[in-house]
Amino acid sequence: MTRVFISRDMASAALGADDVARAFAEAGCEVVRTGSRGLFSIEPLVEVETEQGRIGFGPIAPRDVAAVLVGSHAQRLGRVEELPFFAGQQRFTFARCGIIDPLSLADYAAHAGWQGLEKARGLSPQAVVDAVKASGLRGRGGAGFPTGIKWQTVLEAASSTKFIVCNADEGDSGTFADRMLMEGDPYCLIEGMAIAAHAVGAGHGYIYIRSEYPYAIKTMRAAIDASAHLIAPFTLEVREGAGAYVCGEETALLDSIEGKRGQVRAKPPLPALQGLFGEPTVINNVLSLAAVPFILAEGANAYAAVGFGRSRGTMPVQLAGNVRHGGLYEIGFGITLGELVNEIGGGTASGRPVRAVQVGGPLGAYFPPSMFHLPFDYEAFAQAGGLIGHAGITVFDDSVDMAHMARFAMEFCAAESCGKCTPCRIGSTRGVEIMDRIIGARDAAPVTVSEANGGYLGKALYSRSPDRIDVSIEAQTSLLRDLADTMKYGSLCALGGFTPYPVLSALDYFPEDFGAAAPAKEAAE
Amino acid sequence: MEEFIGAWLSANGAARDRLLPLLHAIQEEAGYIDDALVPVIAKALNLSRADVHGVITFYHDFRRRAPGRHVVKLCRAESCQARGAAALEVQAQDRLGVAMGETRADGQVALEPVYCLGLCAIGPNALVDGRPVARIDGAVLEQIAVEVAA
Repeated sequence: MTRVFISRDMASAALGADDVARAFAEAGCEVVRTGSRGLFSIEPLVEVETEQGRIGFGPIAPRDVAAVLVGSHAQRLGRVEELPFFAGQQRFTFARCGIIDPLSLADYAAHAGWQGLEKARGLSPQAVVDAVKASGLRGRGGAGFPTGIKWQTVLEAASSTKFIVCNADEGDSGTFADRMLMEGDPYCLIEGMAIAAHAVGAGHGYIYIRSEYPYAIKTMRAAIDASAHLIAPFTLEVREGAGAYVCGEETALLDSIEGKRGQVRAKPPLPALQGLFGEPTVINNVLSLAAVPFILAEGANAYAAVGFGRSRGTMPVQLAGNVRHGGLYEIGFGITLGELVNEIGGGTASGRPVRAVQVGGPLGAYFPPSMFHLPFDYEAFAQAGGLIGHAGITVFDDSVDMAHMARFAMEFCAAESCGKCTPCRIGSTRGVEIMDRIIGARDAAPVTVSEANGGYLGKALYSRSPDRIDVSIEAQTSLLRDLADTMKYGSLCALGGFTPYPVLSALDYFPEDFGAAAPAKEAAE
Repeated sequence: MEEFIGAWLSANGAARDRLLPLLHAIQEEAGYIDDALVPVIAKALNLSRADVHGVITFYHDFRRRAPGRHVVKLCRAESCQARGAAALEVQAQDRLGVAMGETRADGQVALEPVYCLGLCAIGPNALVDGRPVARIDGAVLEQIAVEVAA
């Protein structure tokens, strides 16, 4: 019987992989459902087991079964790992994703699974924390805080009850690495959490997954049940989010697990000292925890040997939006933005020129192609007025209206603000209004406050002193900068604090979309 | 529903941190969380009604009214916008006869915004009654419209 491998990832399913799998099963094949390899332009991908290895075909539709099985199909790709998109990667964290059956304990063990946990259990908690410190691993959720130092704080905290919390509330548009890992290699995350539990002395852990990821929730729950005996006495449970973006902020996430509104807490106290239910808590992103098994199994040096400056190891970069070869590309830090977008991503899917890329989700800056020399590195991006965040890159072609994108950033912040601090709660709504005035003035249309966004406050403001508002583009632009400044420095968390990044970067790099003259630098080119 | 809540809590515990899982369970069972249940939940978990109301209204997922028979959750986030989601949204409202965020008057279909499904390289995306659909264009939208008309 022929063995074929077809992904069960949510993205593959959205492209029709389930129908393809059914067709192969009906043709008498043994179908193994794997995670996704991570290149969506070849999905649904079918890999046929042969003496020459696993030969890939894609994209494949159910009617292609016969041609694939005789090997004559036009979309024959050869061995998938030899495709340029995969050959250039350094897969530390995603080594198994797309290859194994995600829920098979035998597959996981056969592909070097549990080796990190075994090593960790042979070491003292301090030695495990030291290994994570030596690896240089930094928080992959976006903040880039050294993971080992966080663990050290929790290890030293005096309490008999400690928690490990995995932040799987991956709400940033343009990111899907957490989802892919949870669906494609869930035991890797479980192993990472078990190592963390051993390192700090925690007994129970939570994985907080957003409700928009039903496949990941199902896979993680099944994986936890299947592997409970291997991580005991440590125990794990999945908590399902409820559609609040702000719960990706760590303290809001903790409140949400506690059964409250997902509102941001003031820091200090740090979650490492007073986190979940007031107890010392390690809270890490999926990718941070999933990097740990490799670090323990292969040694901290093997991980730290790759990277750039103070950003050590690999980053699973996600190429998204209007990009030809979108997907997950794990590579050491230091690769340039241009290499990622143009060479690996192959430019836009629409075939039009790239105009802007947003790096790091809804709170990340928009960069023009003139910034494509930037190396992928926490410090380099911070210096350029942006962030790498969760390493999602959203590509836009030249049809994008950057003023509209700046407005959307404010609108998104208004929709998702938890409401605790004023700069975010009210500033975002004022920001939408300012953007409406700028776009209105640019298009020389009369300024109207739409019912949806004006609200009674907006109406009251206009009714009292309509003639006192200077609606010229210059005045509104300077008001926007002032507002952005207040939000950046006055907000409690990154939602209000980082919303100015997309807004101001759009304004600075694409002033022509805001009714101003094109920047001199571009005119000179 | 009172019996359902009682049974759920005796199986899963009645600590405060059970509130979100309980609300998810109620919504899965009944389709929405009726305001009349707020005092019941509050009493069972030893919380104030305001507290429970506050949690239900904070999270976008929780509904206080019965949803449409079919729910189309269309992604509005940046990556889908980069692939034409804004124009698709206008088309979808037109074709389905319902404004974004609303349920059609006949209760047949609801169109809800969602901010990212994590399928960001193959947008515009939607969840149609929980099933992920990618690369939505006019033809796929037509298929969805036919599906939710049934």
